[in-house]
Amino acid sequence: MRGLLLRVSVAFGLLALWEGLPRIGLVNPNFLPPASDVARTLWRLLASGELLRHARVSLDRILLGLAVSILVGVPLGIFMGSWKTFERTLDGPLQAGRQVSAIALFPVFILFFGIGELSKVVIIFWASVWPILLNTTIGVKTVDPVLIRSARSMSARGATLFRKVILPAAAPAIFTGIRLGAAYAFMVLVAAEMIGANAGLGFLVLNSQEVFKIPEMYAAIVALAAFGLGVNKLLYHLERRATVWREAGGT
Amino acid sequence: MQPSIDIRNVSKSYGGGPAPDGLLALDDVSLQIGQGEFLAILGPSGCGKSTLLHVVAGLTPARGELSVHGKKVTGPGLDRGVVFQDYALFPWRTVLDNVAFGLEMKKVPRHLRAARAFRYVTMVGLAGFADRYPAQLSGGMKQRVAIARALAFDPEVLLMDEPFAALDAQTREILQAELLRIWEQTGKTILFVTHSIDEAVFLAQRVVVMTARPGRIKQIVDIDLPWPRVDSDVRSSRPFALLRHRIWELLAEEVEKAQHSASPMAPGRSRGDVAADAAAQEVV
Repeated sequence: MRGLLLRVSVAFGLLALWEGLPRIGLVNPNFLPPASDVARTLWRLLASGELLRHARVSLDRILLGLAVSILVGVPLGIFMGSWKTFERTLDGPLQAGRQVSAIALFPVFILFFGIGELSKVVIIFWASVWPILLNTTIGVKTVDPVLIRSARSMSARGATLFRKVILPAAAPAIFTGIRLGAAYAFMVLVAAEMIGANAGLGFLVLNSQEVFKIPEMYAAIVALAAFGLGVNKLLYHLERRATVWREAGGT
Repeated sequence: MQPSIDIRNVSKSYGGGPAPDGLLALDDVSLQIGQGEFLAILGPSGCGKSTLLHVVAGLTPARGELSVHGKKVTGPGLDRGVVFQDYALFPWRTVLDNVAFGLEMKKVPRHLRAARAFRYVTMVGLAGFADRYPAQLSGGMKQRVAIARALAFDPEVLLMDEPFAALDAQTREILQAELLRIWEQTGKTILFVTHSIDEAVFLAQRVVVMTARPGRIKQIVDIDLPWPRVDSDVRSSRPFALLRHRIWELLAEEVEKAQHSASPMAPGRSRGDVAADAAAQEVV
Protein backbone atom coordinates (compact mmCIF):
# COMPACT_ATOMS: atom_id res chain seq x y z
CA MET A 1 0.00 0.00 0.00
CA ARG A 2 2.77 2.41 0.96
CA GLY A 3 4.72 1.27 -2.08
CA LEU A 4 1.79 2.16 -4.30
CA LEU A 5 1.47 5.56 -2.66
CA LEU A 6 5.16 6.22 -3.22
CA ARG A 7 5.00 5.19 -6.86
CA VAL A 8 1.96 7.35 -7.54
CA SER A 9 3.54 10.36 -5.88
CA VAL A 10 6.76 9.94 -7.87
CA ALA A 11 4.76 9.78 -11.09
CA PHE A 12 2.79 12.88 -10.13
CA GLY A 13 5.97 14.66 -9.11
CA LEU A 14 7.53 14.05 -12.51
CA LEU A 15 4.37 15.24 -14.26
CA ALA A 16 4.34 18.35 -12.07
CA LEU A 17 7.94 19.08 -13.05
CA TRP A 18 7.05 18.63 -16.73
CA GLU A 19 4.14 21.01 -16.25
CA GLY A 20 5.96 23.53 -14.05
CA LEU A 21 9.40 23.91 -15.58
CA PRO A 22 8.17 25.19 -19.00
CA ARG A 23 5.50 27.33 -17.31
CA ILE A 24 7.93 29.28 -15.11
CA GLY A 25 10.31 29.54 -18.06
CA LEU A 26 13.12 27.37 -16.65
CA VAL A 27 12.86 25.27 -19.81
CA ASN A 28 12.03 26.78 -23.19
CA PRO A 29 8.32 25.91 -23.67
CA ASN A 30 8.88 25.86 -27.43
CA PHE A 31 11.13 22.83 -27.01
CA LEU A 32 9.26 21.24 -24.11
CA PRO A 33 5.62 22.29 -23.93
CA PRO A 34 3.90 21.76 -20.54
CA ALA A 35 2.43 18.32 -19.92
CA SER A 36 -1.12 19.66 -20.10
CA ASP A 37 -0.50 21.03 -23.63
CA VAL A 38 0.84 17.65 -24.73
CA ALA A 39 -2.10 15.89 -23.09
CA ARG A 40 -4.55 18.16 -24.87
CA THR A 41 -2.81 17.55 -28.19
CA LEU A 42 -2.80 13.82 -27.52
CA TRP A 43 -6.54 13.93 -26.88
CA ARG A 44 -7.14 15.95 -30.05
CA LEU A 45 -5.08 13.50 -32.14
CA LEU A 46 -6.95 10.60 -30.58
CA ALA A 47 -10.34 12.18 -31.16
CA SER A 48 -9.59 13.00 -34.78
CA GLY A 49 -8.48 9.42 -35.38
CA GLU A 50 -5.12 10.51 -36.69
CA LEU A 51 -3.17 8.89 -33.87
CA LEU A 52 -5.00 5.59 -34.27
CA ARG A 53 -4.33 5.64 -38.00
CA HIS A 54 -0.59 5.92 -37.38
CA ALA A 55 -0.68 3.44 -34.53
CA ARG A 56 -2.50 0.97 -36.75
CA VAL A 57 0.19 1.21 -39.41
CA SER A 58 2.93 0.70 -36.81
CA LEU A 59 1.09 -2.20 -35.20
CA ASP A 60 0.67 -3.96 -38.55
CA ARG A 61 4.38 -3.67 -39.25
CA ILE A 62 5.33 -4.95 -35.79
CA LEU A 63 2.90 -7.86 -35.88
CA LEU A 64 3.92 -8.92 -39.36
CA GLY A 65 7.66 -8.63 -38.68
CA LEU A 66 7.36 -10.37 -35.33
CA ALA A 67 5.16 -13.11 -36.78
CA VAL A 68 7.75 -13.88 -39.46
CA SER A 69 10.47 -13.86 -36.80
CA ILE A 70 8.56 -16.35 -34.69
CA LEU A 71 7.77 -18.54 -37.69
CA VAL A 72 11.43 -18.61 -38.69
CA GLY A 73 13.17 -18.30 -35.32
CA VAL A 74 11.27 -20.87 -33.29
CA PRO A 75 11.49 -23.82 -35.73
CA LEU A 76 15.08 -23.01 -36.62
CA GLY A 77 15.96 -22.69 -32.94
CA ILE A 78 14.27 -26.01 -32.19
CA PHE A 79 16.28 -27.59 -34.98
CA MET A 80 19.52 -26.09 -33.74
CA GLY A 81 18.77 -26.99 -30.15
CA SER A 82 18.05 -30.62 -30.90
CA TRP A 83 20.65 -31.27 -33.59
CA LYS A 84 24.22 -30.52 -32.58
CA THR A 85 25.82 -30.83 -36.00
CA PHE A 86 23.31 -28.43 -37.44
CA GLU A 87 23.95 -25.94 -34.68
CA ARG A 88 27.71 -26.12 -35.06
CA THR A 89 27.48 -25.68 -38.81
CA LEU A 90 25.26 -22.64 -38.59
CA ASP A 91 26.83 -21.12 -35.52
CA GLY A 92 29.49 -19.05 -37.29
CA PRO A 93 27.29 -17.33 -39.86
CA LEU A 94 24.53 -16.78 -37.32
CA GLN A 95 26.85 -15.25 -34.75
CA ALA A 96 28.19 -12.93 -37.42
CA GLY A 97 24.69 -12.07 -38.61
CA ARG A 98 23.59 -11.31 -35.09
CA GLN A 99 26.29 -8.70 -34.76
CA VAL A 100 25.20 -6.76 -37.82
CA SER A 101 22.95 -3.96 -36.60
CA ALA A 102 19.53 -3.97 -38.19
CA ILE A 103 19.67 -0.23 -38.66
CA ALA A 104 22.99 -0.49 -40.50
CA LEU A 105 21.29 -2.92 -42.85
CA PHE A 106 18.28 -0.72 -43.51
CA PRO A 107 19.82 0.93 -46.61
CA VAL A 108 20.50 -2.56 -47.94
CA PHE A 109 16.91 -3.60 -47.32
CA ILE A 110 15.66 -0.46 -49.04
CA LEU A 111 17.88 -1.27 -51.99
CA PHE A 112 16.44 -4.76 -52.28
CA PHE A 113 12.87 -4.32 -51.10
CA GLY A 114 12.15 -0.69 -51.90
CA ILE A 115 10.95 2.06 -49.63
CA GLY A 116 7.54 0.47 -49.00
CA GLU A 117 6.23 -1.85 -46.32
CA LEU A 118 8.40 -4.83 -47.20
CA SER A 119 11.70 -3.24 -46.20
CA LYS A 120 10.20 -2.22 -42.85
CA VAL A 121 8.90 -5.68 -42.13
CA VAL A 122 12.28 -7.10 -43.10
CA ILE A 123 14.18 -4.81 -40.74
CA ILE A 124 11.82 -5.67 -37.88
CA PHE A 125 12.29 -9.32 -38.71
CA TRP A 126 16.06 -8.93 -38.71
CA ALA A 127 16.08 -7.21 -35.33
CA SER A 128 13.67 -9.54 -33.58
CA VAL A 129 14.64 -12.92 -34.99
CA TRP A 130 17.96 -13.21 -33.13
CA PRO A 131 16.75 -13.24 -29.53
CA ILE A 132 13.95 -15.61 -30.54
CA LEU A 133 16.34 -17.95 -32.33
CA LEU A 134 18.93 -17.85 -29.55
CA ASN A 135 16.51 -18.35 -26.68
CA THR A 136 14.72 -21.18 -28.44
CA THR A 137 18.00 -22.94 -29.15
CA ILE A 138 19.14 -22.62 -25.55
CA GLY A 139 15.70 -23.55 -24.22
CA VAL A 140 15.60 -26.76 -26.24
CA LYS A 141 19.23 -27.58 -25.47
CA THR A 142 18.88 -27.19 -21.74
CA VAL A 143 15.78 -29.30 -21.16
CA ASP A 144 16.43 -31.25 -17.97
CA PRO A 145 17.70 -34.68 -19.11
CA VAL A 146 15.95 -36.19 -16.09
CA LEU A 147 12.58 -35.26 -17.64
CA ILE A 148 13.54 -36.77 -20.97
CA ARG A 149 14.69 -39.95 -19.27
CA SER A 150 11.48 -40.10 -17.30
CA ALA A 151 9.33 -39.67 -20.43
CA ARG A 152 11.43 -42.23 -22.30
CA SER A 153 10.92 -44.73 -19.49
CA MET A 154 7.21 -44.45 -20.29
CA SER A 155 8.05 -45.20 -23.92
CA ALA A 156 7.70 -41.64 -25.22
CA ARG A 157 9.95 -40.92 -28.16
CA GLY A 158 10.27 -39.00 -31.41
CA ALA A 159 7.51 -36.51 -32.11
CA THR A 160 5.58 -37.40 -28.95
CA LEU A 161 8.59 -36.83 -26.73
CA PHE A 162 9.13 -33.56 -28.48
CA ARG A 163 5.56 -32.33 -28.23
CA LYS A 164 4.85 -33.48 -24.70
CA VAL A 165 8.20 -32.82 -23.04
CA ILE A 166 10.79 -30.82 -24.94
CA LEU A 167 8.47 -28.10 -26.21
CA PRO A 168 6.68 -27.38 -22.93
CA ALA A 169 10.00 -27.50 -21.07
CA ALA A 170 11.50 -24.98 -23.49
CA ALA A 171 8.40 -22.76 -23.59
CA PRO A 172 9.52 -20.25 -20.93
CA ALA A 173 12.79 -19.62 -22.76
CA ILE A 174 10.97 -19.29 -26.08
CA PHE A 175 8.56 -16.75 -24.59
CA THR A 176 11.42 -14.74 -23.15
CA GLY A 177 12.95 -14.66 -26.62
CA ILE A 178 9.70 -13.44 -28.14
CA ARG A 179 9.36 -10.65 -25.59
CA LEU A 180 12.95 -9.57 -26.17
CA GLY A 181 12.32 -9.75 -29.90
CA ALA A 182 9.28 -7.50 -29.55
CA ALA A 183 11.34 -4.93 -27.64
CA TYR A 184 13.99 -4.92 -30.38
CA ALA A 185 11.26 -4.74 -33.00
CA PHE A 186 10.00 -1.52 -31.43
CA MET A 187 13.38 0.11 -31.46
CA VAL A 188 14.02 -0.51 -35.14
CA LEU A 189 10.40 0.21 -36.08
CA VAL A 190 10.73 3.81 -34.95
CA ALA A 191 14.06 4.18 -36.73
CA ALA A 192 12.67 2.65 -39.92
CA GLU A 193 9.61 4.88 -39.84
CA MET A 194 11.85 7.91 -39.56
CA ILE A 195 13.88 7.02 -42.62
CA GLY A 196 11.36 6.25 -45.27
CA ALA A 197 7.69 6.35 -44.36
CA ASN A 198 4.60 8.50 -44.67
CA ALA A 199 2.69 6.92 -41.80
CA GLY A 200 3.33 5.29 -38.47
CA LEU A 201 4.12 6.61 -35.01
CA GLY A 202 7.82 7.01 -35.78
CA PHE A 203 6.92 9.05 -38.84
CA LEU A 204 4.57 11.16 -36.74
CA VAL A 205 7.37 11.97 -34.28
CA LEU A 206 9.87 13.08 -36.91
CA ASN A 207 7.33 14.78 -39.16
CA SER A 208 5.90 16.82 -36.28
CA GLN A 209 9.40 17.95 -35.39
CA GLU A 210 10.17 18.92 -38.97
CA VAL A 211 7.05 21.09 -39.26
CA PHE A 212 7.65 22.35 -35.72
CA LYS A 213 4.44 20.96 -34.22
CA ILE A 214 6.26 20.27 -30.98
CA PRO A 215 3.22 19.23 -28.83
CA GLU A 216 2.32 16.75 -31.60
CA MET A 217 5.84 15.37 -31.48
CA TYR A 218 5.64 14.76 -27.73
CA ALA A 219 2.14 13.37 -28.07
CA ALA A 220 3.47 10.84 -30.59
CA ILE A 221 6.38 9.93 -28.29
CA VAL A 222 3.99 9.38 -25.38
CA ALA A 223 1.78 7.29 -27.63
CA LEU A 224 4.79 5.21 -28.69
CA ALA A 225 5.71 4.55 -25.07
CA ALA A 226 2.15 3.56 -24.21
CA PHE A 227 1.99 1.37 -27.32
CA GLY A 228 5.22 -0.42 -26.43
CA LEU A 229 4.09 -0.88 -22.86
CA GLY A 230 0.78 -2.29 -24.07
CA VAL A 231 2.38 -4.85 -26.39
CA ASN A 232 4.81 -5.90 -23.68
CA LYS A 233 2.00 -6.30 -21.17
CA LEU A 234 0.00 -8.35 -23.64
CA LEU A 235 2.93 -10.68 -24.34
CA TYR A 236 3.62 -10.90 -20.63
CA HIS A 237 0.09 -12.03 -19.93
CA LEU A 238 0.14 -14.53 -22.76
CA GLU A 239 3.38 -15.88 -21.35
CA ARG A 240 1.98 -16.15 -17.85
CA ARG A 241 -1.08 -17.94 -19.07
CA ALA A 242 1.02 -20.41 -21.02
CA THR A 243 3.45 -21.04 -18.18
CA VAL A 244 1.18 -20.75 -15.18
CA TRP A 245 3.02 -23.62 -13.51
CA ARG A 246 6.12 -21.47 -13.00
CA GLU A 247 4.24 -19.04 -10.79
CA ALA A 248 2.70 -21.87 -8.85
CA GLY A 249 5.54 -22.20 -6.35
CA GLY A 250 4.54 -19.22 -4.28
CA THR A 251 1.04 -20.21 -3.31
CA MET B 1 7.24 -70.53 -12.36
CA GLN B 2 8.52 -68.05 -14.89
CA PRO B 3 10.42 -65.21 -13.21
CA SER B 4 9.09 -61.69 -13.50
CA ILE B 5 12.47 -60.23 -14.34
CA ASP B 6 15.09 -62.52 -15.83
CA ILE B 7 18.61 -61.10 -16.06
CA ARG B 8 21.18 -63.39 -17.65
CA ASN B 9 24.88 -62.60 -18.03
CA VAL B 10 24.35 -58.90 -18.37
CA SER B 11 27.50 -56.80 -18.74
CA LYS B 12 27.79 -53.11 -19.34
CA SER B 13 30.92 -51.17 -20.22
CA TYR B 14 31.23 -47.51 -20.94
CA GLY B 15 33.41 -45.79 -23.49
CA GLY B 16 32.96 -48.16 -26.44
CA GLY B 17 35.30 -50.82 -27.78
CA PRO B 18 36.78 -53.62 -25.71
CA ALA B 19 36.61 -51.96 -22.33
CA PRO B 20 39.50 -51.92 -19.89
CA ASP B 21 38.59 -53.01 -16.41
CA GLY B 22 38.07 -49.47 -15.11
CA LEU B 23 35.21 -48.77 -17.51
CA LEU B 24 33.32 -51.96 -16.80
CA ALA B 25 30.20 -51.03 -14.83
CA LEU B 26 28.44 -54.39 -14.72
CA ASP B 27 30.24 -57.69 -15.02
CA ASP B 28 28.22 -60.75 -15.91
CA VAL B 29 25.22 -60.18 -13.67
CA SER B 30 22.56 -62.89 -13.54
CA LEU B 31 19.49 -62.52 -11.38
CA GLN B 32 15.95 -63.87 -11.38
CA ILE B 33 13.22 -61.95 -9.64
CA GLY B 34 9.98 -63.75 -8.91
CA GLN B 35 6.50 -62.46 -9.65
CA GLY B 36 5.30 -60.17 -6.91
CA GLU B 37 8.69 -60.22 -5.23
CA PHE B 38 10.19 -57.21 -3.48
CA LEU B 39 13.92 -57.27 -4.15
CA ALA B 40 16.43 -54.65 -3.06
CA ILE B 41 19.82 -54.06 -4.63
CA LEU B 42 22.48 -52.72 -2.32
CA GLY B 43 26.04 -51.77 -3.06
CA PRO B 44 28.75 -49.18 -2.62
CA SER B 45 28.36 -46.00 -4.65
CA GLY B 46 29.45 -46.44 -8.22
CA CYS B 47 29.00 -50.21 -8.12
CA GLY B 48 26.61 -50.12 -11.03
CA LYS B 49 23.38 -50.81 -9.16
CA SER B 50 21.64 -47.85 -10.77
CA THR B 51 23.10 -48.88 -14.11
CA LEU B 52 21.55 -52.31 -13.66
CA LEU B 53 18.16 -50.72 -12.98
CA HIS B 54 18.47 -48.51 -16.06
CA VAL B 55 19.38 -51.55 -18.13
CA VAL B 56 16.24 -53.34 -16.92
CA ALA B 57 14.25 -50.17 -17.65
CA GLY B 58 15.56 -50.30 -21.21
CA LEU B 59 17.11 -46.85 -20.89
CA THR B 60 20.68 -48.14 -21.12
CA PRO B 61 21.69 -50.79 -23.65
CA ALA B 62 23.86 -53.64 -22.38
CA ARG B 63 25.23 -57.02 -23.42
CA GLY B 64 23.53 -60.16 -22.22
CA GLU B 65 19.97 -61.38 -22.03
CA LEU B 66 17.15 -59.66 -20.30
CA SER B 67 13.46 -60.37 -20.26
CA VAL B 68 10.45 -59.16 -18.31
CA HIS B 69 7.55 -61.58 -18.05
CA GLY B 70 9.09 -63.64 -20.80
CA LYS B 71 9.38 -60.72 -23.19
CA LYS B 72 12.85 -59.76 -24.33
CA VAL B 73 13.75 -56.21 -23.35
CA THR B 74 14.87 -54.11 -26.31
CA GLY B 75 14.06 -50.66 -24.97
CA PRO B 76 11.81 -48.82 -22.56
CA GLY B 77 8.26 -50.09 -22.27
CA LEU B 78 5.05 -49.66 -20.36
CA ASP B 79 5.44 -53.11 -18.81
CA ARG B 80 7.95 -51.44 -16.47
CA GLY B 81 7.32 -48.35 -14.36
CA VAL B 82 10.36 -46.38 -13.21
CA VAL B 83 10.59 -44.13 -10.16
CA PHE B 84 13.69 -41.93 -10.13
CA GLN B 85 15.50 -40.43 -7.18
CA ASP B 86 14.93 -36.85 -8.36
CA TYR B 87 11.16 -37.32 -8.90
CA ALA B 88 11.38 -36.27 -12.57
CA LEU B 89 7.86 -34.84 -12.55
CA PHE B 90 6.84 -32.61 -15.44
CA PRO B 91 6.62 -29.16 -13.83
CA TRP B 92 4.08 -27.86 -16.36
CA ARG B 93 1.60 -30.62 -15.58
CA THR B 94 -0.64 -30.83 -12.55
CA VAL B 95 -0.42 -33.81 -10.24
CA LEU B 96 -3.30 -35.46 -12.05
CA ASP B 97 -1.84 -34.81 -15.51
CA ASN B 98 1.56 -36.08 -14.42
CA VAL B 99 -0.01 -39.31 -13.28
CA ALA B 100 -1.96 -39.49 -16.56
CA PHE B 101 1.21 -39.24 -18.70
CA GLY B 102 1.75 -42.98 -18.93
CA LEU B 103 -1.95 -43.45 -19.70
CA GLU B 104 -1.59 -41.09 -22.65
CA MET B 105 1.40 -43.11 -23.80
CA LYS B 106 -0.66 -46.26 -23.41
CA LYS B 107 -3.39 -44.63 -25.56
CA VAL B 108 -6.03 -45.00 -22.88
CA PRO B 109 -9.09 -43.08 -24.16
CA ARG B 110 -9.28 -39.54 -22.85
CA HIS B 111 -12.53 -39.98 -20.93
CA LEU B 112 -11.09 -42.88 -18.92
CA ARG B 113 -7.77 -41.25 -18.16
CA ALA B 114 -8.73 -38.72 -15.50
CA ALA B 115 -10.68 -41.20 -13.40
CA ARG B 116 -7.91 -43.76 -13.60
CA ALA B 117 -5.20 -41.25 -12.77
CA PHE B 118 -7.27 -39.96 -9.88
CA ARG B 119 -7.57 -43.45 -8.45
CA TYR B 120 -3.78 -43.66 -8.17
CA VAL B 121 -3.47 -40.10 -6.87
CA THR B 122 -5.87 -41.18 -4.14
CA MET B 123 -3.90 -44.36 -3.53
CA VAL B 124 -0.81 -42.34 -2.62
CA GLY B 125 -2.89 -40.04 -0.40
CA LEU B 126 -2.88 -36.92 -2.56
CA ALA B 127 -6.55 -36.69 -3.56
CA GLY B 128 -6.71 -33.13 -2.27
CA PHE B 129 -3.73 -32.08 -4.38
CA ALA B 130 -4.74 -33.39 -7.79
CA ASP B 131 -4.77 -29.97 -9.45
CA ARG B 132 -1.56 -28.65 -7.87
CA TYR B 133 1.65 -28.20 -9.78
CA PRO B 134 4.86 -29.99 -8.67
CA ALA B 135 6.38 -26.68 -7.55
CA GLN B 136 3.66 -26.49 -4.91
CA LEU B 137 4.53 -29.87 -3.37
CA SER B 138 7.08 -31.03 -0.81
CA GLY B 139 9.73 -33.60 -1.73
CA GLY B 140 7.78 -36.42 -0.12
CA MET B 141 4.61 -35.46 -1.99
CA LYS B 142 6.50 -35.27 -5.28
CA GLN B 143 7.81 -38.77 -4.79
CA ARG B 144 4.27 -39.97 -4.03
CA VAL B 145 3.19 -38.48 -7.36
CA ALA B 146 6.08 -40.22 -9.11
CA ILE B 147 5.02 -43.54 -7.58
CA ALA B 148 1.41 -42.97 -8.62
CA ARG B 149 2.57 -42.09 -12.13
CA ALA B 150 4.60 -45.29 -12.40
CA LEU B 151 1.69 -47.39 -11.15
CA ALA B 152 -1.10 -45.74 -13.14
CA PHE B 153 -0.35 -47.42 -16.46
CA ASP B 154 -0.37 -50.75 -14.63
CA PRO B 155 3.13 -52.08 -15.40
CA GLU B 156 4.17 -55.61 -14.49
CA VAL B 157 7.09 -54.38 -12.45
CA LEU B 158 8.12 -51.29 -10.58
CA LEU B 159 11.75 -50.18 -10.85
CA MET B 160 12.82 -47.76 -8.14
CA ASP B 161 16.16 -46.00 -8.27
CA GLU B 162 17.02 -44.74 -4.76
CA PRO B 163 13.57 -43.14 -4.62
CA PHE B 164 13.75 -41.97 -1.02
CA ALA B 165 17.42 -40.92 -0.87
CA ALA B 166 16.68 -37.20 -1.13
CA LEU B 167 14.02 -37.17 1.59
CA ASP B 168 14.40 -36.41 5.28
CA ALA B 169 14.45 -39.37 7.66
CA GLN B 170 10.89 -39.03 8.86
CA THR B 171 9.35 -38.63 5.42
CA ARG B 172 11.44 -41.56 4.24
CA GLU B 173 10.03 -43.88 6.90
CA ILE B 174 6.48 -42.81 6.14
CA LEU B 175 6.98 -43.45 2.43
CA GLN B 176 8.64 -46.80 3.06
CA ALA B 177 5.55 -47.88 4.99
CA GLU B 178 3.30 -46.50 2.22
CA LEU B 179 5.27 -48.39 -0.38
CA LEU B 180 4.86 -51.67 1.47
CA ARG B 181 1.12 -51.01 1.71
CA ILE B 182 0.94 -50.28 -2.02
CA TRP B 183 3.02 -53.35 -2.79
CA GLU B 184 0.66 -55.56 -0.80
CA GLN B 185 -2.34 -53.89 -2.40
CA THR B 186 -1.14 -54.14 -6.02
CA GLY B 187 1.04 -57.24 -5.91
CA LYS B 188 3.62 -55.67 -8.23
CA THR B 189 7.12 -57.00 -8.58
CA ILE B 190 9.45 -54.35 -7.18
CA LEU B 191 13.13 -53.90 -7.95
CA PHE B 192 14.43 -51.36 -5.48
CA VAL B 193 17.91 -49.85 -5.64
CA THR B 194 19.23 -48.23 -2.48
CA HIS B 195 22.43 -47.48 -0.62
CA SER B 196 20.74 -47.76 2.76
CA ILE B 197 21.09 -51.12 4.50
CA ASP B 198 18.26 -50.23 6.83
CA GLU B 199 15.89 -49.47 3.98
CA ALA B 200 16.80 -52.64 2.10
CA VAL B 201 16.29 -54.90 5.13
CA PHE B 202 13.04 -53.22 6.11
CA LEU B 203 11.44 -53.36 2.67
CA ALA B 204 12.71 -56.37 0.81
CA GLN B 205 12.22 -60.10 0.76
CA ARG B 206 15.69 -60.55 -0.67
CA VAL B 207 18.65 -58.18 -0.69
CA VAL B 208 21.26 -58.42 -3.44
CA VAL B 209 24.63 -57.12 -2.25
CA MET B 210 26.83 -56.00 -5.11
CA THR B 211 30.60 -55.78 -5.26
CA ALA B 212 32.57 -52.62 -5.84
CA ARG B 213 33.20 -51.73 -9.48
CA PRO B 214 32.97 -53.63 -11.67
CA GLY B 215 29.53 -54.52 -10.32
CA ARG B 216 28.95 -58.20 -9.69
CA ILE B 217 26.54 -59.94 -7.39
CA LYS B 218 28.42 -60.66 -4.18
CA GLN B 219 25.68 -62.36 -2.25
CA ILE B 220 21.92 -62.61 -2.05
CA VAL B 221 20.54 -62.39 1.47
CA ASP B 222 17.07 -63.71 2.30
CA ILE B 223 15.22 -61.36 4.61
CA ASP B 224 13.02 -63.70 6.61
CA LEU B 225 11.52 -61.06 8.85
CA PRO B 226 7.83 -61.47 9.66
CA TRP B 227 5.05 -59.61 7.82
CA PRO B 228 3.48 -57.15 8.18
CA ARG B 229 6.53 -55.12 9.09
CA VAL B 230 4.94 -51.72 9.26
CA ASP B 231 3.11 -51.69 12.57
CA SER B 232 5.34 -54.06 14.51
CA ASP B 233 8.44 -51.87 14.90
CA VAL B 234 10.45 -54.56 13.20
CA ARG B 235 13.46 -52.24 13.07
CA SER B 236 14.00 -52.64 16.80
CA SER B 237 13.87 -56.44 16.72
CA ARG B 238 16.91 -58.66 17.17
CA PRO B 239 16.57 -60.50 13.84
CA PHE B 240 16.54 -57.14 12.08
CA ALA B 241 19.75 -56.12 13.86
CA LEU B 242 21.44 -59.40 12.95
CA LEU B 243 20.52 -59.14 9.27
CA ARG B 244 21.59 -55.55 9.22
CA HIS B 245 24.95 -56.43 10.72
CA ARG B 246 25.51 -59.34 8.36
CA ILE B 247 24.86 -57.14 5.34
CA TRP B 248 26.92 -54.36 6.83
CA GLU B 249 29.91 -56.70 6.97
CA LEU B 250 29.41 -57.77 3.37
CA LEU B 251 29.22 -54.17 2.28
CA ALA B 252 32.13 -52.94 4.42
CA GLU B 253 34.50 -55.27 2.55
CA GLU B 254 33.39 -53.79 -0.73
CA VAL B 255 33.63 -50.22 0.44
CA GLU B 256 37.19 -50.88 1.56
CA LYS B 257 38.03 -52.50 -1.76
CA ALA B 258 36.50 -49.60 -3.64
CA GLN B 259 38.63 -47.22 -1.65
CA HIS B 260 41.85 -49.01 -2.55
CA SER B 261 41.13 -49.42 -6.21
CA ALA B 262 39.62 -45.98 -6.66
CA SER B 263 42.44 -43.88 -5.24
CA PRO B 264 44.89 -44.10 -8.18
CA MET B 265 42.31 -43.55 -10.93
CA ALA B 266 40.24 -40.69 -9.62
CA PRO B 267 41.77 -37.35 -8.71
CA GLY B 268 40.30 -35.57 -5.72
CA ARG B 269 37.29 -37.15 -4.10
CA SER B 270 37.18 -40.75 -5.24
CA ARG B 271 34.22 -43.02 -5.58
CA GLY B 272 35.52 -45.02 -2.64
CA ASP B 273 35.17 -42.03 -0.35
CA VAL B 274 31.60 -41.56 -1.40
CA ALA B 275 30.88 -45.21 -0.81
CA ALA B 276 32.57 -45.05 2.58
CA ASP B 277 30.35 -42.14 3.46
CA ALA B 278 27.33 -44.11 2.44
CA ALA B 279 28.38 -47.02 4.62
CA ALA B 280 29.33 -44.74 7.50
CA GLN B 281 25.83 -43.30 7.46
CA GLU B 282 24.52 -46.77 8.06
CA VAL B 283 26.73 -47.37 11.07
CA VAL B 284 25.44 -44.49 13.14
